[in-house]
Amino acid sequence: MTGPHAIGETVRVSAGLPPGHVRTPLFLRGRTGVVIRHFGDFPNPERLAYGLSGLPKLHLYQVLFRMDEAWADEVGKESVEDGTYAPGDTVAADIYETWLEPL
Amino acid sequence: MTDRAISDLGGLTGGPIDISEHQPTLSERRIDAMMMLLRKKPQAFWVTDENRRTIESLEPKAYEESAYYERWVLAIRALLIEKSVLGEAEIEAKLAEVRARPAGYTREDQR
Repeated sequence: MTGPHAIGETVRVSAGLPPGHVRTPLFLRGRTGVVIRHFGDFPNPERLAYGLSGLPKLHLYQVLFRMDEAWADEVGKESVEDGTYAPGDTVAADIYETWLEPL
Repeated sequence: MTDRAISDLGGLTGGPIDISEHQPTLSERRIDAMMMLLRKKPQAFWVTDENRRTIESLEPKAYEESAYYERWVLAIRALLIEKSVLGEAEIEAKLAEVRARPAGYTREDQR
């Protein structure tokens, strides 16, 4: 069981801006990536943070993003030029299922 | 962007990162020990996620000006009060007592 998403599936990170403790970095909100790993299911840390049970558990995935897409309208272009990353570089992030939307 | 959490730095220009190592100081070890005891199961007063949430909720000035373990101390204080383990007045009374100790005070002086 890999939950709602399969390895290799293209997913979009929710662009939402919920208040409080969240585990998905701002620079990935609304970005599109590919699921490369399924870690299993874990209590929801965004609820554990408030003393709640975190149940039901959520599936946790590793999602791969292209850096030039992830940072397209922030530091994207400059960073390629100053050598911070190369055009083909990627960044992987651990993202819970509630943050992922199918395309 | 106004919704960026104080700890969410991805994509920001941060300048060079200091990656030098140091041996933990006695104070840092004590803070670490205190945190581990407070989170020790099964009678844990809070879990690591609550700790993170509390550190992220610090006043921006306090967050920026505090070192890693200083943030832990601020979180321990806030969570002890939030969980009704200790009261604000109790903590302040103890701090006043500690501050009044003479220089060179040791545990043996309590006996």
